[in-house]
Amino acid sequence: MSNKVVHALYNDDDILMDAVKKVKEKHIHIEDVFTPFPVHGLDKAMGLPHTKLAITAFLYGLTGLSFAIWMTNYMMIQDWPQDIGGKPNFSWFLNMPAFVPIMFELTVFFAAHLMVITFYMRSRIWPFKAAENPDVRTTDDHFLMEIAIHDNEEELKSLLSETGAVEINVIEKH
Amino acid sequence: MSSHYEAPIREPLVLGEKSYHDITVDIAKPIEGKANKNWYIAFTISLIAFLWGIGCITYTIGTGIGVWGLNKNIGWAWDITNFVWWVGIGHAGTLISAVLLLFRQRWRMAINRSAEAMTIFAVFQAGLFPLIHMGRPWNGYWVLPIPNQFGSLWVNFNSPLLWDVFAISTYLSVSLVFWWTGLLPDFAMLRDRAVKPFQKKIYALLSFGWSGRAKDWQRFEEVSLVLAGLATPLVLSVHTIVSMDFATSINPGWHSTIFPPYFVAGAIFSGFAMVQTLLGIMRKVTNLENYITRLHVEYMNMVIMLTGGIVAVAYASEFFIAWYTGSPYENFTYMSVGAATGAYGWAFWSLILFNILIPQLLWVRKFRRSFIASFLISIAINIGMWFERFDIIAIVLSKGHLPSTWTRFEPTFVDIGIFIGTIGFFGVLFLLYARTFPVIAQAEVKSILKVSGENYKKLRDGNHE
Repeated sequence: MSNKVVHALYNDDDILMDAVKKVKEKHIHIEDVFTPFPVHGLDKAMGLPHTKLAITAFLYGLTGLSFAIWMTNYMMIQDWPQDIGGKPNFSWFLNMPAFVPIMFELTVFFAAHLMVITFYMRSRIWPFKAAENPDVRTTDDHFLMEIAIHDNEEELKSLLSETGAVEINVIEKH
Repeated sequence: MSSHYEAPIREPLVLGEKSYHDITVDIAKPIEGKANKNWYIAFTISLIAFLWGIGCITYTIGTGIGVWGLNKNIGWAWDITNFVWWVGIGHAGTLISAVLLLFRQRWRMAINRSAEAMTIFAVFQAGLFPLIHMGRPWNGYWVLPIPNQFGSLWVNFNSPLLWDVFAISTYLSVSLVFWWTGLLPDFAMLRDRAVKPFQKKIYALLSFGWSGRAKDWQRFEEVSLVLAGLATPLVLSVHTIVSMDFATSINPGWHSTIFPPYFVAGAIFSGFAMVQTLLGIMRKVTNLENYITRLHVEYMNMVIMLTGGIVAVAYASEFFIAWYTGSPYENFTYMSVGAATGAYGWAFWSLILFNILIPQLLWVRKFRRSFIASFLISIAINIGMWFERFDIIAIVLSKGHLPSTWTRFEPTFVDIGIFIGTIGFFGVLFLLYARTFPVIAQAEVKSILKVSGENYKKLRDGNHE
């Protein structure tokens, strides 16, 4: 089977949204949509599942907090329980207020950085990664919808031109 | 266009008949064009100041801290004053990008990129001072809890100076990834526009291969929101921790529970003043007057008035408490009758004038909406907030518990040279940034164009009639 796709270009986000809804109504699977800026509600219209990045950030934050508690307890209470300025060191809780800033900062540090790294890995973006948007205009003012063709090229083309596409290209994907 | 409804009472945020493509062109223009003579003049001046600062830093480290004006009673003066000043300036960037995002303020779109750049460059300057004010800066890495050959000798987690290390490094690194993630779509725009192969390569590298898929955008927005949620308490905590350098001490005038919120308010106050100063120039020289409008200036002035008011209330509280405690020591603190009439009276009154009195002009709508007046007032605030930190540090230290330790502080040319050097370094970074980075988040401005663009608003209001 040849891997042919149709690229429909739009020049307005509202027209794109209507087009996505129309295509979804026909139960046609949309491979991808490339936009120059976040179009609100597009993920819902396309039926994309919700992202779980916030949940990962919460777990990373808990990791950072646990690390800070372990580190302050080990270094200040277990390893070298010294008297520094009369601060109580018999247990971690007695000196806990002084550790709050460290606990807070490490929670934020872990949550923020590990979530961003997760985002970069999941979305497959990193330095030296080649861009994958099929048309350079999609980072300026054009919106591109990609749909795979399964022996329905003409039907798809006419549907897409009805939705207000300014340009429809059929492309052989390797 | 019903989804783009906005109350007609709101003024437009994007002026002129702009389309999505116009935004791209306007923002790419300063980067794709050549720098003019003024840019080179400004850059040369900044570079000379920077090099002079490097000379002063080298001299300090090579000879010893004794080349500064510090003495055995006033062990902190210009070094930590400048540190706190620069950290404070850095706070507005995160406030604009994080807090205003949480409050869904659309006007932040045109200024957040530059405000974040300012944050990062200001925190660079701030980060220099904790290093160079050390007597033995080459042992600076001992502040990190790294396993070592001294039987694993650790750091003391009770010290606010160590909390500073964690706070500043977390703040800088989180701000940096927040800023960079927001830059990806804009670098991608520049990459796709670039005609010169070298430029294309550079922006392809910087944009990390951003392609703008629907799923990417969904994650991008979630990440921005969570980062904003994390950066908001972070920005409050960082200056809180900086304020604890003073507040956890036993010096009268420093030992004060009001410091954490009051320092944060002062940081936002001075940070917004610096944004106002920089954007006042930038909107002109980069021809972005249609994006950074009078309305943006007015909104920033309103934040300045609010935080300036909080700072004024804090001064009043400090002054009142210095009297109300009945402690004789409190009469020599930076906010007391003793300070107002003492040897540092000029510093006390400069603070009152630049920080409290002059910004009150912003209550007048005409000044609040005037570019010139906002620019001049913002410079006054930058000076005033420097005096605030200087007063807190030097006045308090100059009159401690024992009269036999009372002394004065006079800065040497090295103290001053290093401060000038950091201003030069900041200028160098900001000028380079303005020539190579998209100074406005184009993807974000495009997403509010239909809501807040002048032409779209006119179309909508026309329909109502």
